[in-house]
Amino acid sequence: MKFKINNRFRAVLGCLLAVGLLFSTPSFAFQQDSLAQDTAVSAASDTVEEGQADTAATATTADTTGTAEGGEATAATATSKSSSSSAMAVDEGPQIDPQVYKNMTYYILLFLILCTVVAVVGKVLSIYELTRKMNGRYNPFANNTFQAVLMVIFLVAFLGFVYYGYAVWGDWAWRSAVTEHGERIDTMFIITTVIITIVLVLVHILLLTFPYIYRMRKGTKAYYYPHNDTIEKIWTIVPAIVLTVLVLFGFFTWRSITNVPEELQKSAIQVEVLGEQFQWQVRYPGADGVIGKRNYKLTTPMNSYGIDFNDKHAWDDIQASDIVIPVNKSVRFHIISKDIIHSFYIPDFRVQINAVPGMTNYFQFTPTMTTEDMREKMDDPKYDFIMLCNKICGSGHYNMQKKVIVVTEEEYKEWLSTQNKYFTEDLQKEFATANAEDSKELTTASLN
Amino acid sequence: MSSTVISHGAAHHDAHDHHQETFLTKYIFSQDHKMIAKQFLITGIVMAVFAMVLSILFRIQLAWPDTDFPILEVFLGKWAEGGRMKPEFFLSLVTIHGTMMVFFVLTAGLSGTFSNLLIPYQLGARDMASPLMNMLSYWFFFTACVIMVASFFVESGPASAGWTIYPPLSSVPTSIPGSGLGMTLWLVSMTLFIASQVLGGVNYISTVLNMRTKGMDLWKMPLTIWAFFLTAIVGLLSFPVLVSAVVLLFFDRSVGTSFYLSDLVVQGEILPNEGGSPILFQHLFWFLGHPEVYIVVMPALGLTSEIISTNSRKPIFGYHAMVYSLVGITVLSFIVWGHHMFVTGMNPFLGGVFMITTLIIAVPSAVKAFNYIATLWRGNIRFTPAMMFAIGMVSFFVSGGLTGLYLGNAALDINLHDTYFVVAHFHLVMGSASIFGMLAGVYHWYPKMFGRMMDTKLGYLHFWLTFIGAYLVFFPMHFMGIDGVPRRYYTFTAFPFMDKWISVNLLITWAAIVAGLAQVAFLWNFFASIWKGKKATQNPWNSNTLEWTTPVEHIHGNWPGEIPTVYRWPYDYSKPGHDTDFIPQTVPFSETMSSNLPHDFEGNEEAIRIQEEWNKANNREVKEG
Repeated sequence: MKFKINNRFRAVLGCLLAVGLLFSTPSFAFQQDSLAQDTAVSAASDTVEEGQADTAATATTADTTGTAEGGEATAATATSKSSSSSAMAVDEGPQIDPQVYKNMTYYILLFLILCTVVAVVGKVLSIYELTRKMNGRYNPFANNTFQAVLMVIFLVAFLGFVYYGYAVWGDWAWRSAVTEHGERIDTMFIITTVIITIVLVLVHILLLTFPYIYRMRKGTKAYYYPHNDTIEKIWTIVPAIVLTVLVLFGFFTWRSITNVPEELQKSAIQVEVLGEQFQWQVRYPGADGVIGKRNYKLTTPMNSYGIDFNDKHAWDDIQASDIVIPVNKSVRFHIISKDIIHSFYIPDFRVQINAVPGMTNYFQFTPTMTTEDMREKMDDPKYDFIMLCNKICGSGHYNMQKKVIVVTEEEYKEWLSTQNKYFTEDLQKEFATANAEDSKELTTASLN
Repeated sequence: MSSTVISHGAAHHDAHDHHQETFLTKYIFSQDHKMIAKQFLITGIVMAVFAMVLSILFRIQLAWPDTDFPILEVFLGKWAEGGRMKPEFFLSLVTIHGTMMVFFVLTAGLSGTFSNLLIPYQLGARDMASPLMNMLSYWFFFTACVIMVASFFVESGPASAGWTIYPPLSSVPTSIPGSGLGMTLWLVSMTLFIASQVLGGVNYISTVLNMRTKGMDLWKMPLTIWAFFLTAIVGLLSFPVLVSAVVLLFFDRSVGTSFYLSDLVVQGEILPNEGGSPILFQHLFWFLGHPEVYIVVMPALGLTSEIISTNSRKPIFGYHAMVYSLVGITVLSFIVWGHHMFVTGMNPFLGGVFMITTLIIAVPSAVKAFNYIATLWRGNIRFTPAMMFAIGMVSFFVSGGLTGLYLGNAALDINLHDTYFVVAHFHLVMGSASIFGMLAGVYHWYPKMFGRMMDTKLGYLHFWLTFIGAYLVFFPMHFMGIDGVPRRYYTFTAFPFMDKWISVNLLITWAAIVAGLAQVAFLWNFFASIWKGKKATQNPWNSNTLEWTTPVEHIHGNWPGEIPTVYRWPYDYSKPGHDTDFIPQTVPFSETMSSNLPHDFEGNEEAIRIQEEWNKANNREVKEG
């Protein structure tokens, strides 16, 4: 009872607070604004100081201060010269519009009003209940039934939502794989989807209708039913069988993707992709079909890839701006990283493997559709297969991409012949001089 | 009706009068399990709100990547100059959101709260085996929280390598600013946190094994206790492995070792580290990391079992199967960690093996879900807010768990690994499900913790907004993942194929904001009811377990007189032949002759004979079911 009285007080208090805030908003915003002005002034003075190259110490402290207080403190220590010039620089410095604070206050106000409405509705409901009780018509199970009905409404909405998701978002998301192994993955994906959708829908129908059917009403009693070993065995064994089928299916698919026979590994086109913050580099083996050695210790500004040109296989290695591969040919990607872990991910191909520094990962696959055909199929003349980084790697992670172009074999050969080599003339010169100086050291390094 | 007479008048408990309780020993450095539970809970709630605010911030960035929000600059300063969040700070937000939610809220806030509260209460113990260790456990946890929050105030920003902190990103400060001092603080915080978990875990296990009251054999323990017990075992065995991972990472960062580093050229600088492997860290991390998700979800399953049974007024279906499936999950949870590493370059054959073990673990989980539904069947269901959250928990556990069949399948994982599909999967199955288990527990045991009731209407409002909000937030993410949208992307504007998801991102963010604001209803309800809630009765839910035989007012040692003796299992709800629909564990069979079943006597021939005589004398016929 006491709680309910307090409820009313709370509603009134909420209203008062809301009205009070409404009146105080302009002054509040003004106050905040003046504070912001202060910050702006001090921040501006910082920049001016740095520009004028005042004492280095002051500049450093100015750098480290982020808060308004810190900024003000620095402003106080600043020389009169810089502060006078800072006054002129106010307009250039970052400044927060007082409108920002006003908007924020309005949103808070809106929320408070909403809370008040909720409190009032709650209060009205309590009063309603109270009158029912006084009239002797109070049904203690009314709320129980109400919540049970909500559960059923939720069930309908949930099933509709799931259907909407599958029909609309599923349609947006789904593009058939355009690689040989990807088609097998897709089949498995669809089988799994069918199974789990059936389970999801059935379980939710049971889970949300049972509460309605078996809700507590006057005179109802539960059925004492602690266990039934047969039923329990059934629903242990059935999922176990379904899972065994999925596991076996998945296991053999996985092995067929990752366990490529050695002769196929050798006969495939080899491409090396190196990830670094925040770009990808692509290296083709050139005419000899062998990718030259790489030694990270040989990385120089000019040879940023770190290719070891002591290995003659490296001399004809080709640098490519995009990943271009021929259709219906097996391609073996060697994925390496220069700095941290990245992930080589091509969603359309169902291809992903991490680029890990210190080791080479491989992924071999056969694309089955050219970019041109895909564009036709998607009815989107700008559509491209894209390879993106899928392992958190820093501030540029969200934009670390490489175009993947699938072409016919003739086009591929033609494209390959137009690409530049890594071993440019400048690098050749650098290599020659370095080799003359300490060839011995380099040879041992490359052996590592 | 109860064999242990509870008398409020007899609260003169001389044995403990020598305890001079000051404010400091009662509320701050308390060694009382009930107070420590409240400390864990409130710290957990504070951390949850903090982590939730972080998530709203990055959701705002994702929904409106091209809009300036000058107000952000007011709060975030240089991290959001001009009202536009920086990519580094975005990564910090997702990192700290994940860390806090997984470790501080769902591990410490959930296990810490309810293990501490319920283990002594439901076992009939006066307190934990070691109250001092219990207190230390809390204070280590608290310090860890303070350090983690403090990392927001260092110049280079908080850790930002993702909650999995994979090196080399986390160990080379030139690769990302957050890997400077912020990362060091993360590691220190986590080490303290693990110390807290180990102290707590040892305590929980020894209490469960040694301090059960008379008659409380293992098969009479409530499922909550089974869940906490097995969770503590998992934690005790796996958390120390994370310490080793964290300490080696610390050495790599600060001492110059190369456990995880090799062949690095970061920002044009050739690093001297050689011979390590980043994959080693991943193995060590996920050896904890995967059991960790069961550490998070098992207590929630335990709480849900208890709440669903109590509020269905029906015994939990298949008690033994529920325990065995928990044991199965416990054992299997240690041999599935590799499924997080299918595409990291781990030996593919090993990946295949991990895939098999991973899908096996789905069987005990499925059994649990089906048993919950069987418990609801023909029940007499009472919709307390706790019950609503428990049903919601089962719903999330099922819809999130099912998508595990894709991710546990190595071949399908190729395309889904590290995409939004994963985000959707674990936020439903371990995030939302565990949070709902925890909230169900809060609503259910609030009268026991604070002696007052929470407001039910606000509880329902909170439930519906959060339940619908969580589905609106996480369900659409599955489809983004299928399309190949990676997680931890600062904005979707760099790729044409992601354009279509902008509208969905708006929906998700608005749902997140509404669900976030709905938590105000909970916070208000929780904190206001501490002082203003309706006074609770001793056993408000007509429950069978021992904690409801203690007086409402907390007393040192829990029971004023002797500790109660236990005669029966905790799920005798609606037993035919009994006049009420619940029979507390403390009621001996001699007082319930009209409802006893032959099965109850566990082969005690003397008791069966007495019962049969009584049956004959009273014309009672018993069908063995």
